[in-house]
Amino acid sequence: MYDWPILSVVTFLPVVGALLIVLMIRGDDEVAQRNARWVALWATLVTFLISLLLLFGFDPANTDFQFQENRAWLGDIAAYRMGIDGISMPFVVLTTLLMPMCILASWESIHSRVKEYMICFLVLETLMIGTFSALDLLQFYIFFEGGLIPMFLIIGIWGGKRRIYATFKFFLYTLAGSVLMMLAIMAMYWQAGTTDIRVLLTHAFPPGMQIWLWLAFFASFAVKMPMWPVHTWLPDAHVEAPTAGSVILAGILLKMGGYGFLRFSLPMFPDASLYFAPLVYTLSVVAIIYTSLVALMQEDIKKLIAYSSVAHMGFVTMGIFTMTQEGIQGAVFQMVSHGFVSGALFLCVGVVYDRMHTREIAAYGGLVHRMPVYATFFMVFTMANVGLPGTSGFIGEFLTMLAAFGRNSWVAFFAATGVIFSAAYALWLYRRVIFGPLEKESLKDILDVNRRELASLVPLLFFTILFGVWPGPILEACNVAVQAIVARADLAAGAAKAAALALH
Amino acid sequence: MYQAIVFLPLAGFLIAGLFGRAIGARASELITTGLLFISALFAWIVFFETAFGHGGGTSEIFTWIASGGLDVKWALRVDTLTAVMLILVTTVSSLVHLYSIGYMHEDPSRPRFFAYLSLFTFAMLMLVTADNLVQLFFGWEGVGLASYLLIGFWYDKPSACAAAMKAFIVNRVGDFGFALGIFAVFMMTGSIGFEQVFAAAPSLMDKTIHFIGIDWHAPTIICLLLFVGAMGKSAQLGLHTWLPDAMEGPTPVSALIHAATMVTAGVFMVARLSPLFELSQTALNVVMFFGASTAIFAATVGCVQNDIKRVIAYSTCSQLGYMFTALGAGAYSVGVFHLLTHGFFKALLFLAAGSVIHAMHHEQDMRHMGGLWRKIPFTYATMLIGGLALTGFPFTAGYFSKDAIIETAFMSHSPFHTYAFVMTVAAAALTSFYTWRQMFMTFHGHPHDHHHYEHAHESPLTMLIPLGVLSIGALFAGMILYPYFVGHDVEHFFREAIFMGPDNKILEEIHHIPAWAKWSPTVMMVLGFVVAYWMYIVNPAVPKGLARRNDVLYRFLLNKWYFDEIYDFLFVRPTMWLGRFLWKQGDGRVIDGWGPNGVSARVIDVTNRVVRLQTGYLYHYAFVMLVGVAALITWFMFGGAH
Repeated sequence: MYDWPILSVVTFLPVVGALLIVLMIRGDDEVAQRNARWVALWATLVTFLISLLLLFGFDPANTDFQFQENRAWLGDIAAYRMGIDGISMPFVVLTTLLMPMCILASWESIHSRVKEYMICFLVLETLMIGTFSALDLLQFYIFFEGGLIPMFLIIGIWGGKRRIYATFKFFLYTLAGSVLMMLAIMAMYWQAGTTDIRVLLTHAFPPGMQIWLWLAFFASFAVKMPMWPVHTWLPDAHVEAPTAGSVILAGILLKMGGYGFLRFSLPMFPDASLYFAPLVYTLSVVAIIYTSLVALMQEDIKKLIAYSSVAHMGFVTMGIFTMTQEGIQGAVFQMVSHGFVSGALFLCVGVVYDRMHTREIAAYGGLVHRMPVYATFFMVFTMANVGLPGTSGFIGEFLTMLAAFGRNSWVAFFAATGVIFSAAYALWLYRRVIFGPLEKESLKDILDVNRRELASLVPLLFFTILFGVWPGPILEACNVAVQAIVARADLAAGAAKAAALALH
Repeated sequence: MYQAIVFLPLAGFLIAGLFGRAIGARASELITTGLLFISALFAWIVFFETAFGHGGGTSEIFTWIASGGLDVKWALRVDTLTAVMLILVTTVSSLVHLYSIGYMHEDPSRPRFFAYLSLFTFAMLMLVTADNLVQLFFGWEGVGLASYLLIGFWYDKPSACAAAMKAFIVNRVGDFGFALGIFAVFMMTGSIGFEQVFAAAPSLMDKTIHFIGIDWHAPTIICLLLFVGAMGKSAQLGLHTWLPDAMEGPTPVSALIHAATMVTAGVFMVARLSPLFELSQTALNVVMFFGASTAIFAATVGCVQNDIKRVIAYSTCSQLGYMFTALGAGAYSVGVFHLLTHGFFKALLFLAAGSVIHAMHHEQDMRHMGGLWRKIPFTYATMLIGGLALTGFPFTAGYFSKDAIIETAFMSHSPFHTYAFVMTVAAAALTSFYTWRQMFMTFHGHPHDHHHYEHAHESPLTMLIPLGVLSIGALFAGMILYPYFVGHDVEHFFREAIFMGPDNKILEEIHHIPAWAKWSPTVMMVLGFVVAYWMYIVNPAVPKGLARRNDVLYRFLLNKWYFDEIYDFLFVRPTMWLGRFLWKQGDGRVIDGWGPNGVSARVIDVTNRVVRLQTGYLYHYAFVMLVGVAALITWFMFGGAH
C-alpha cells in the first residue's frame, strides 16, 4: 500500500517521543514538565494521525495481512514480522486514539516525575501497538508481556494509597499466565518449526497437543480479559491507577486477551477451542451475573466501573467461543466499543476525582446542579454501558447474545439477565452521584468540565453514538478475517462430528 | 414525507438539547412545538393516503447491523397500523408540547423538558415505523430512556429519581424477554425483518425450539417471550409496578408517555406481530389471561387512591388490560381501536387533571379539593367528557371501543373467555365508580381547602386549546372510526397490516352476541355511577365507614395488593444481599484469600528470608525479568538443537 514501513513507524514513533524526552529535557522544574507534556502530546497525536493512514489504506476485502514487513532477526528462529488484518486494525487505531486523551487526562493531575510518567506512557503505546501488529510469535510475546512493565510502573509509582498491593496482585496473576504461555510458544516452535504466525495459522497441530497449548494460552488470556475467577486483580488495579492508567487498562490492555483468543486460540487450536467452548461459556455467564451483582454493591466509583468491565468482557468471551460470524464480530465490536465507553467513563471519574480527590460514591450527589455538561456526558456513557440501542454498547451485546442463543439457549438466557443488572448498577450509580439535591458543602463550588476535558470527551461521545447507529465500518473491517476463523472452526466441528459418527 | 415525520422531532430534540441555553427557553418551546405540529400535519396526510388511498410502503434509510446472516436496516415502514399510530403519537405529542408551554411556564429547565419530549416522540415514531424487530427494540428502549429522563425530570426529589430508576429497570425485565424473543425468531427464521419473518411464519407451525432445557412449540415460546416485553412496557400485571410511580413526572409527561403512547407500545407490538400470534392459541390465551387480570386488578386499586394522577394511572393500567384482552381474543383491530380512542380520552383526562393541579398550585390530593367546577368550568367540562368516554357513556369514544372488547371476550373461543368477560364487565363497573368518585371529589361537594379554592383559576389558553381538541376526539373518534376497526371495513382498512388466520372469525361473531351480554357493560356503568353518587354526594360518610369496617380489604387495595413489598422481599433485597455476599465472601475471601493474597503471603515469607536486599515491587519486577531470561535461554538451547 505504502512504500514506507508504516506499521513500524506507527509502532515506534511513541518511543521516539520518549527518547526525545530523555535526551532533550533536563531537570524537573516547571518548564521541563510542560515540555515533557507537550512532547508526549505531539508524539501521540502524530502517531494517531499516521495511524489514520492505516485506516484509509486498509482493504476490507483482502484476506491476507496488510502493510506487511519482514526483516531477519535472531537468524532463522524468529524474525521481525509485522502486519495487520481486520481484527487487529481497529485495536491499533483505538490505541492511537485513546493515547492523546490519556496524556490530556494527566495534564494537571500528575505533578511528580512528569518526565518519567510520559516516558512510561509512550513506551506503553509502542508495546501495545506492537502486540496488535506483530506477526511473529516471539515478537508478540515480547510486546505482550513487555506492556506490563510500564503499567506496573504507572500504577506502582503514580497510583493511590494501596498501589503496592495492587501492582503485586497484578503481577502475580499475570506471571502465572505468561510463564505457561512461554512454554506453549516453545512447544509450538518445536512442533511447527517456525514462529511465523501466518504459517502457524494454517498449521494443523495434533488435537492432543492442542488441548495443552490451548490451556497454556488460556491461562494468559483469561487473566488479561479478565475472566471469572481470575478477575480480582482488575478492580484493585483500576482503583489505584491514575485516571490515564485506568483508561488504558480498560480501553486497551483488557482487549489483548480477546485479541489473543482470536489470533491464536481459535484459528490455531480449533479442535481444542471446540472442546473447551462449554467451559468458556460457563465462565462467561458466571462473570456476567456475578460481577454485575458485585458491581451493584460497590461504594467506590472506579471499582464499580471495573466490575462492570469484567461483566462486559464476559460478553466478549461468550461471543468469541460461539465460533460464528455474528458472535465473533459482535465480540470484536464489543471490545472496540468498550474501549470508547469504559475509557470515557474512567475519564469521567477522573474529572470529579481531580476536583474532589475521592472516589467514594457517598461523597457525591447532586452534581447536575453545578455540572450540567458533565451530567450529560456521564448520562450518555452510562447508557452506552447499559447497552442502550443507538449507542455502540448495544451492538456487541446484541450480536454476541444472538449468536449464543443459537449455540445454547441457557447461555443466552443467563447472559441476558446481565441486561437487567447492568441497568440496575449503572442507573443507581448515576442517581447517587449526579441526581438529588446538592447538599454537600464540599461540592458547592465544583466546576463543570473544562476545555481540556471536553477535548477528550467529545470525540468519545461522537464515536459512541456514531458506531451505535452505523457500526458498519468496524463490522466490515473485521468481516473477512472473522470469516477465515469461522471457516476453520467449522472445519474442526465438521471433523469432530464425522469422528463421532464413525464411532457409532 | 415519512422521513420528515420521524426526524423533525429529532431535529427539535437536538436544537433544544444542544443549544437550549443559547437560544433561550421561549425559542426552544416554539421550535420543538412548531416542528411537532408540522410532523403531525404530515402524519395526517400520510394516514389518509395510506388508509384510504394506495399509499404506504417501506423506505429504507441505510444498513444498521450486517453480520453473518443478520441484516438489520434502518427503515420506515408505513401501513395502516403504523399510520394509525403516527396520527395518535404526533397529534397527542404536539398538543402536549403546546400544553406544556403553559403548564411548565415557571420551570427553569424548560429547554431540557422540551428536548426530552421531542426525543421521546422521535423514539416512539421509530418504534411504530420499524420494519424489523431490532429497530422496534431500538424505539422500545429509546422511549424507555425518554421516560426515565422525564420521570426523573425533577431530579431533586428522591421519589422522582427512585421512580425513574424503577421504570427503567422493570422495563428492562420485560426487555430481557423481548431480546430472547428476537433471538428465537432469528434462530428459527434466519431473519428479523417483518416481511421475511411473516413469510416464514406458517412454516413454524410444526417446529419446536429447545429453549432452556424444554422443547417448546416454536411460535408459542417466541410469542410468550415477546409478550414479556409487551408486559413490561404496557404495565401488565406483574410488571406493572413502575407505572403508578411514574406519576412523579410532570403531568404532561404522564399524558403523553404514560397514558396515550408509550405504554400502548406493547399492544402495538402484539398487533404488529399478529402473523406470529395467530399461530399459537396458547400464547393468545396467556395474553387474554393477563389482560383481563390486569383490567380488574388495576380497577380495584384505582377505587381507593386519593392522588388525582394515581387514579388515572391505575385506570390506564386497567384499560391496557382491556386492550390485551381483545388481542388475546384475536381481535387485533379492536385492541388497536381502544388504543386509539383511549389515547385521546386518557390524554384528555391527564391534561385536565394537570389543569386542576395547576389551578390548585400543585396540590394533587383529591381530599383537599372539592367544588371546583365553579372555579374552572372549562376544565370541568373537558374532564367530564373524558370521564364519560372512559366509562363508556353511549356514543362517546369509549362506548364503542370498550364495549367491543367486552363483546370479543364474550364470543372468544379461548378457555379464558368467561373469565375475561366477567373480569372486564366487573372492571367496567369499577371504572365507572372510580371515575365518578374522582369527578365528585374534585369538582363537586364542598371545598375542603378554602385557601387553595379561593385562589383557583382557569388555565391559560395554551393549556385549554389541547383540552378542547382532545375533547372532540374523545367524543367522536369512536363513532367515526367504528366501521374501520370493528365493523365491515376492517379488512379493507387494514389490508396486510393485521393478519387474522382463516379460522379467526371473531369480528363477525361479535355481531351475534346475546342482548344481555351486549348491554351488561352499560348497565355496569350506570351502577358504578349510582354507587359513586350515593357514596360521595348523597352520603359522604359512607366511604370512611366502609373503609373502617373492611380494614383489611381497604389496606390491601390501598397498598396496591402489596406488590411492591413482595417484590422488595423477593427480588430487591436478595439481589443486594447476594451482591454483597459475592463481593465480600466470593471475591474477598475465597478468590483473593486462596489466590493472590495467599500466594503473596507465602512469597513474601520466602523472599524476606532469602533476599533482604530489596522489598516490594522492584524486586518482583526483577524476578519477572529473571524468569523471562531463563525461559529465553532454555528456548535457544532447544531451538538450536532443533
